Amino acid sequence: MPKIALFVTCVNDVAFPSTGIAAVRVLERLGVEVDFPEAQTCCGQMQYNTGYPAEAKPLAEKFAGDFRGYDAVVVPSGSCGAFVRDVHPRLLGADDPPPVYELTEYLVDVLGAQDVGAYFPHRVAYHPTCHSSRLLKLGDRPTRLLRRVAGLELVELPGAQECCGFGGTFSVKNPDVSAAMGADKVAHAVESGAEYLIAADNSCLMHIGGTARRSEAPIKTLHLAEVLASTADSPYGASA
Amino acid sequence: MKDVYLGMPSFPEAARTATKDERLRANLTRATHTIRDKRAKAVTEIEDWAELVEAGKAIKDHTLRHLDEYLLQLEAKVTEAGGQVHWARDAAEANRIVAGLVKAADGGGDQIREVVKVKSMATQEIGLNEALAAEGVAAYETDLAELIVQLGDDLPSHILVPAIHRNRTEIRDIFRANMARYGRPAPEGLTDAPADLAEAARLHLREKFLRAKVAVSGANFMIAETGTLVVLESEGNGRMCLTLPETLISVVGIEKVIPSFRDLEVFLQLLPRSSTAERMNPYTTMWTGTAAGDGPRTFHLVLLDNGRTDTLADTVGRQALRCIRCSACLNVCPVYERAGGHAYGSAYPGPIGAILSPQLRGTASEIDASLPYASSLCGACFEACPVAIDIPEVLVHLRARVADAEPGHRAERAAMQAATYAMTHPAAYRAAEAAAIKARRLLPPDRKLPLGPAKAWTETRDLPELPKQTFRQWWKENHR
Ligand code: SF4
Repeated sequence: MPKIALFVTCVNDVAFPSTGIAAVRVLERLGVEVDFPEAQTCCGQMQYNTGYPAEAKPLAEKFAGDFRGYDAVVVPSGSCGAFVRDVHPRLLGADDPPPVYELTEYLVDVLGAQDVGAYFPHRVAYHPTCHSSRLLKLGDRPTRLLRRVAGLELVELPGAQECCGFGGTFSVKNPDVSAAMGADKVAHAVESGAEYLIAADNSCLMHIGGTARRSEAPIKTLHLAEVLASTADSPYGASA
Repeated sequence: MKDVYLGMPSFPEAARTATKDERLRANLTRATHTIRDKRAKAVTEIEDWAELVEAGKAIKDHTLRHLDEYLLQLEAKVTEAGGQVHWARDAAEANRIVAGLVKAADGGGDQIREVVKVKSMATQEIGLNEALAAEGVAAYETDLAELIVQLGDDLPSHILVPAIHRNRTEIRDIFRANMARYGRPAPEGLTDAPADLAEAARLHLREKFLRAKVAVSGANFMIAETGTLVVLESEGNGRMCLTLPETLISVVGIEKVIPSFRDLEVFLQLLPRSSTAERMNPYTTMWTGTAAGDGPRTFHLVLLDNGRTDTLADTVGRQALRCIRCSACLNVCPVYERAGGHAYGSAYPGPIGAILSPQLRGTASEIDASLPYASSLCGACFEACPVAIDIPEVLVHLRARVADAEPGHRAERAAMQAATYAMTHPAAYRAAEAAAIKARRLLPPDRKLPLGPAKAWTETRDLPELPKQTFRQWWKENHR
């Protein structure tokens, strides 16, 4: 039985635990043994990308220590996954990090799964967040998984490749441009006719969802893991 | 750089005004999306595009590593071919040199009072037009978009299409109101049909081409091996300026040199497809010194440093010197599209401006210190760049430089340190988490908060309500 360590990410831990829980459910359903190294905290991306590499380095070191010895680390976040995989080795120099997979990479590339036995009877659009598409190059992995979800209708998102405007501290350092980008993303999501906008990054979804709620736009946001965790027996929203 | 940019407000401030200007937004969105789609198509036509990009990058990196040698070789070859080479450390020196050359040029007995110009980024960068005006010399822009900017007393807002922020009705109004002030007035009853506007510009410019004794240009490439300069353009105005006047003065950044004629093969494919989305640009003019009975009789090359050597010294930042000014990064940039070019406070707007200006000018001014943050790090620029400049990497690198240098970032550093402390000390982390969960909020209860980053977020967005328990707590209760 394959065994992985889940890196849930600090944002998911505190603000979106349901995404972490969903990732555990999907992986276990597919016969993966999931461990959660409890010492884990944060990857340091915010510090690094805001211009504080010295403050990011202790977190990269801590991450390496917390996950040492595991065969694989799975992250339900494209952005944190890319940061750990691309930037940590640069910060730490030569180390021997365990392979890090974003959730859909692990499902598709390692488990060879397409149909994960999910059921989600809703119309959805998929937003390929910038770091999951341009840094991780997830390509069509997420939509391949979504297309096999029973009951799900996948509609096209206009301007899908465009950034939502979150950008970490960009969202508060350049709030006007960030908000203008967020408003356009929400407008496109509404235009798509979807009920849910799905993505592999909760930080982007927090920005898009927060913009949608403030403007009372008819679109909900949801992490991909929660769609994949939803089944006919235990559909999304039925229980916590 | 140019005086007009001194004292510019920080990027976020300038962008705030721009995001509220609906006409500007509409002009920019229409223009950038059109060219963006065309470029994407033009690039996929070439099967080995990725290899071409690699080659362009490698040639530029090689040249930059041996810049001293190639520049001396270029100087020798240009001199051999009858040109004169001048070295300018900064903008002021370059302007002084050009003004002196214009005044000393042969006006057939008359003193030279005007020059015609080929569109050039280097002369925008150093504010040459303003410097010449101060010396009593009028510099006439002959590129259509530069002409629109000049007639409108405006500043360029795009590398390739300096008047991208204007639509054709605005252009018609500018022509009608101001052409007479600069020479031949706009024709009676000028409409905003593109063909009419082009004809008005053609008539206005023609008398300038025929009269000019001196032309000023930049160059896209300089070939060390032969001493040849190369200008790519679309309108033919460049060809007129480069061939008709008696004296030609070219102001070129030192990073524009490439080793050999053969290297052009790569760039003549990369540049047109990335900038105008054309397979080949309509006019490519090349000249080597002077030639008897053909073209200018006197040729001066002013080699411009103006911060480039300092940029070259930075191992991460130096990749910005590979730039071939195609403007693909601007056209795909979601921030540029919404903030507009003027918000970047320099001749170089968009992603390349955000990494080039703070390196050429330093990060002391408000605008330069804010430019590295003018990006969501979405990476669309890096993806489009024909010489593979990792713009997000340089942005993050320059953020660290600003954070280290500016006393104003002390509070932010303290916050980052506190976060790192909490994240590396499990007890502190659990306490912070527990406090947030208990309040069920990331921030205090007001929907809109009064201060700092919290205000910046809640002005336009709601924050999520926090769940009853963290993932960590769930794991403990249900899984272990
Ligand atoms: S940075 Fe790259 S994409 Fe941008 S203008 Fe320069 S060469 Fe073109």
